[in-house]
Amino acid sequence: MKNAVAFVCGIVFAIGLGLSGMLQPAKIIGFLDVAGRWDPSLLFVMGPAVGIVLAAWAARRGRPTPWGADVPGKGPAVLDAPLFVGAGLFGIGWGITGVCPGPAVTNLAAPSAFTLVACGAMLAGVALSFVRPRRSP
Amino acid sequence: MNWHALAGGALIGTAAAALLVLTGKTAGVSGIVDGVLRGEKGEWGWKVAFLLGLLAGGVVLRVTMPETLASGSPRTLPLIALGGLLVGFGARLGGGCTSGHGVCGMGRLSLRGLVGTVVFMATGALAVFLLRKFS
Repeated sequence: MKNAVAFVCGIVFAIGLGLSGMLQPAKIIGFLDVAGRWDPSLLFVMGPAVGIVLAAWAARRGRPTPWGADVPGKGPAVLDAPLFVGAGLFGIGWGITGVCPGPAVTNLAAPSAFTLVACGAMLAGVALSFVRPRRSP
Repeated sequence: MNWHALAGGALIGTAAAALLVLTGKTAGVSGIVDGVLRGEKGEWGWKVAFLLGLLAGGVVLRVTMPETLASGSPRTLPLIALGGLLVGFGARLGGGCTSGHGVCGMGRLSLRGLVGTVVFMATGALAVFLLRKFS
C-alpha cells in the first residue's frame, strides 16, 4: 500500500511540475536571472507548495501514519560545511541546466538528446556522491 | 499565467503532503534517486514507485499537455552534462534539492531546508548571470 501511495504521489507531483512550468529549462533560467530579465512566476509555485506541506505537517507532526513511520519532526538544525558546499554546487548546476532532479526524471517521458543527457548526468552525479559517507536529508 | 504556477505548486504541495502524512516519508527527489541507485534496504520499494510515478505523470502530460514538457534547452549538451553532474552530486552532498530543501524542508520549518534553499538560489542566480555575461 505504501508503494501505491508513493506511485500516485509521484504522478500528482509530476503533473504539478508540468503545470507550473518547472519542466521548462528556459523558465527556470529566467527565474534565476535576477540581474537580467527576471521572471518571478516560479515564486507562485513555491508559495502553495510550501504552504500545503506546512499545513499538513503542522497538523500531523509526530503522529502515526497509516502506512509507514510517524510523521517526522523538524530534523536537526545543524548547519555544516557539506550543506553550504553541496547546496552551492547544486545551485550552480541548476543555473547551468535549468533542470533539477524531479524534472530530469519526468522529462524522460519525451526523450531527446537534452532530456537524456540531463537525467543521465544527474544520476551520475548522485552516484559520484557515494564515495562519501551517507548523510540523512 | 500565474494561475498555472499556483495550480502546479498546489499539486506539488499536495503530493508531498500526502506522502508525508500517509507514509511519514519526504518527497525529496534527489534522496529518492539516491536510495534507488544504492538499493537502500527497506526504502527501495516506495522510492522506485515514486520515480515510476514521476515518469507516469510525464506520460500523462505528454498525452494531455505536451507543451509543458521540455522541448530543448538554451544550453549546449556539454554544459548540460557538466551542470547535471553538479546537480546530482551537489544535491546529495548538501542533503537535498529543490523538492527536499525547498518544498519539504521549508514546509517542515527546517533551518537546513531554508539555508539550503537560500544558498542554491543565490549560486543559481550567479551561474545564470555569469553565463549570460560570458557567452
